[in-house]
Amino acid sequence: MRWMGKINPVFLVLILLLLAVAFLSPYFLQPAGYMNFLKRAAPIAILAVGQLYVINSGGFDLSAGALVTLTVIGSSILLNGDPSATWWVICVMLVIGAMVGVANAFVVSYLKVPSIIATLGMMITLSGIALTWSGGAPRGYLPENFRFFGRYLIKDVPLIQLLPVAVIVMIIVCGALWWLMHRTNYGKQLVAMGDNPQSARLAGVPLVRTRTIAFVVSSLSAVIAGILLGGFAGVSTDVGVGLELQAITAAVIGGAQLLGGRGTVGAAVAGALVLQTVFTLLNIFGFPKPIRDVVQGLILISAVALASFRRRNSGG
Amino acid sequence: MKLIKLMTTTAIVMSMTALSAQAQNFDDPEEFAAQKAMLESTPNGSADTPWLQYYGDTMADTSAYKKDGPYTVCFSNAGVNNPWRVVGWTTMQAEVDLHDNIKDFIVTDAEGSDDKQIADIDDLLAGGNCDALIVSPNTTAALTPAVERACEQLPVIVFDRGVNTDCPVTFIKPVGGYGFGIQSGQFIAENAPEGSDVLMLRILPGVDVLETRYSSAKRILEEAGMNIVGAEFTDGDRAKTKAIVEDYIQRNGQLGAVWMDAGATSVAAIEAFEDLGMEVPIVTGEDQQDFLQKWQADGLNTIAPTYPTYQWRTPILAALSILEGESVPGPAWNLPQPAITNENLADYVNPAMPPLHYAMCGCEKMPDYPSRWGGE
Amino acid sequence: MIAFLKRRSSFLAPVLLLAIAFGTYVGIAIATGQTQHLTAENLIGLLGRSIALGITAVGQTFVILIASIDLSVANLISVSAVLASHLMAGDPGSIFPAVLAVLLVGVVVGAVNGLVVTRLEVNPLIATLGMALILQGILSALFTNFAGEVPKEFQSFAYGEIFGVSTSLLFLIALTIAAWGFLRFTRAGSNIYSVGGNADAAKLAGIRTTRVVIMAHVLCSVCAVVAGLYLASRLGSGAPWIGRDGVYDLESIAVVVIGGTALSGGRGGVWGTLMGVMIFSLIDSIFNLAGVDAFAKQILRGVIIIGAVALYAARSRRIEA
Repeated sequence: MRWMGKINPVFLVLILLLLAVAFLSPYFLQPAGYMNFLKRAAPIAILAVGQLYVINSGGFDLSAGALVTLTVIGSSILLNGDPSATWWVICVMLVIGAMVGVANAFVVSYLKVPSIIATLGMMITLSGIALTWSGGAPRGYLPENFRFFGRYLIKDVPLIQLLPVAVIVMIIVCGALWWLMHRTNYGKQLVAMGDNPQSARLAGVPLVRTRTIAFVVSSLSAVIAGILLGGFAGVSTDVGVGLELQAITAAVIGGAQLLGGRGTVGAAVAGALVLQTVFTLLNIFGFPKPIRDVVQGLILISAVALASFRRRNSGG
Repeated sequence: MKLIKLMTTTAIVMSMTALSAQAQNFDDPEEFAAQKAMLESTPNGSADTPWLQYYGDTMADTSAYKKDGPYTVCFSNAGVNNPWRVVGWTTMQAEVDLHDNIKDFIVTDAEGSDDKQIADIDDLLAGGNCDALIVSPNTTAALTPAVERACEQLPVIVFDRGVNTDCPVTFIKPVGGYGFGIQSGQFIAENAPEGSDVLMLRILPGVDVLETRYSSAKRILEEAGMNIVGAEFTDGDRAKTKAIVEDYIQRNGQLGAVWMDAGATSVAAIEAFEDLGMEVPIVTGEDQQDFLQKWQADGLNTIAPTYPTYQWRTPILAALSILEGESVPGPAWNLPQPAITNENLADYVNPAMPPLHYAMCGCEKMPDYPSRWGGE
Repeated sequence: MIAFLKRRSSFLAPVLLLAIAFGTYVGIAIATGQTQHLTAENLIGLLGRSIALGITAVGQTFVILIASIDLSVANLISVSAVLASHLMAGDPGSIFPAVLAVLLVGVVVGAVNGLVVTRLEVNPLIATLGMALILQGILSALFTNFAGEVPKEFQSFAYGEIFGVSTSLLFLIALTIAAWGFLRFTRAGSNIYSVGGNADAAKLAGIRTTRVVIMAHVLCSVCAVVAGLYLASRLGSGAPWIGRDGVYDLESIAVVVIGGTALSGGRGGVWGTLMGVMIFSLIDSIFNLAGVDAFAKQILRGVIIIGAVALYAARSRRIEA
């Protein structure tokens, strides 16, 4: 039975919650039900995995939510309804994302500002830029081929009938980030750095480069989440508000230790799904939003309390 | 365990104290009737300049404030934190530019915080430059004392949300929230199948102009025998709106109508039906371009009550009249509040404007239209 | 002695920043011909802009000194303001019990935060973020608007004056002096520095670190509750969104850090925090004087926060992620 102890409890919790949802709402067992669920979870899962990179490096990225907003608003201004511009606008937004990640890493690495303050400052700056750029209200329109990623469903797929494009994006992005974290030397260096930066440096881990990549991954994931969210519902000035906290919550539910540690990509995705399932459950019961907040708070605290309890007991 | 126990105790204590909670009255039958009467009557003044029209004939005497120009006009803004306020604020600045006898226009922005707006008003008063003060309060109760202090020093004009004092020279607003709810509520009552399911979507609680929209629409829908399946807060967020509507459709099946207390997320609500492959029922909105264009393109059957942004022109004109000693409508100045309907929709659709441009801005003939408002 | 010197040196940077902010303010007032803002009265009034932030930040200083953090203060402020005005319901006779009740809520919330951090070993960011969600959820479920009202007598907390200086400003200064005295001269105060500097060493030296952490959290929550009382007094009532709208959680952390208290704990103090608050007030007033547009303000604010903290970090070699 020792293998039981090794399985991250987040997976068991997820399965139990999913069973509960399926039991309470048969609709959830139909493809339209669970695919819709996955489509809504996709942005937060991608954000959570991006956040995980920064958390594993020993930091936080509070600027992710503001970057989501900037992506949606910026794309709509640049595109202004012109479908032929979609591809280069997506490239521009990814470049902007990469620059934000580099800037975060620069401030943390060279100016030695704690990441919580550095990315808080970045969050405020980015929302200021988004507001200034748009003049405070959304401008321009997102053409259908941009909204394709967040909105479109591929129909008549064998076995599952329909498949939202957002879910494909989620699988590709999370798959790539899983590979980078768990199958490359970079992933080992990242975790080593989060565990103990001093000894990692002595062991030859290039701290600055490792941290920079982590922040860039987080920012790129925010841009991708922004593309999905903009696609799902269109332009608004506050799409990203609070998403960074949800992403941190999801990563933490998955077992990531704040201030450095070894959370896994799979567990972070599971954490995002747990969060989404709980919201779905509360919704089925018809609980209003305030109760969702209370439950999210309780889950957050108990997930971390449980993780540190396990750590103490396993002597790690 | 301790944690859970403590939390439950706190929760119980708090819910017990809340039992006697009494909210401000947002369901006032008298005010409801008064606004209904206004909607049915004709305002004074020329229909070409609705921002100068008014109901009733009580005027405020302003001879005591007469002084020589040019003037410094000050404005304490609650914030430009939503597209409605952005359009209004742009319109107001354009209005200021039209007047040579305004030598200075000093503005503070409270970024949506009551505490900050109180400090802002005190700052403006301390500066001692203002000849007149315009206030767009962030919340009604909280800003009352600050406005009262300002009234002691100079003429004050309040607009949009009100304050709990009649010391300002005039309080400018359109007919009001009840009127908004009456227009959209009646449309649903007359056009949706009788007794059908209606979902009510609201931005956020606690803002008087939104609470009254909701209470009056709810009153009309209930009287008409509609089945209100739920009232949810969207935070004005499109993704959340779309998700909420999808959930309701999945739980209840097709809806008879979706009532919105503001139009910024109406298109998201419409898309929820489209994406699930269902026919789009009545989804009410407001005068935002994206909604009007969707309405026209898809031939929907709906209504867009408005809370016209042209009301941002009025305070500047009122300030100048007051400083010149001319009487103005007061202590309450109610502007007309037209609704956009299937009949006059074509007059307001303008694809050159940004998606959340409010068509009822009264700004079409101002200099730099449309570029100043983000149009092409 | 060394620790004391370290505290001293961390004092210079906020003074420097404050001087820069003040110089800019005076410069802009002169340049734009608004010298009427430069009277002594108005300059004192500048600090009066940010009483609620000041009270909250003094409390936040305690938890940051022990290397913890409190993200629940903004929501606790809302709880306190709403509960106080609801319980008072305009009756002067209820002031005392209402104040007592919310102070009790503050103690309970602080103790729970402290217990979760120490006993359950939950990272303080998560523990207090969770608490923030729980508080806000309960509050929003019970109240959707301004609830009750505070009696006129209670409004003298925010609007009263003693010798021409506002009561609330005097209160903030008295609170800062008390907090400074506590940290500087009491056993419990020096324990806070020891635990924040090196918890393991403090434990070995026989300090009950758990108690110290819980105490710091209780102090922080009580300050937040008092800030909520101040806001209820200033606004005449409490609404469930006032704490969140004021962004008191992140702003209080930012001013503490700008005031020279290290997020890694053990270094800094409340005078620095008070200077941080003054810097923030000055920045606000500079923006008003110069007529900076609301959106550009935000960009500048973000850059200033990063820049200010970078200024200290440049002085210390430690990497604090």
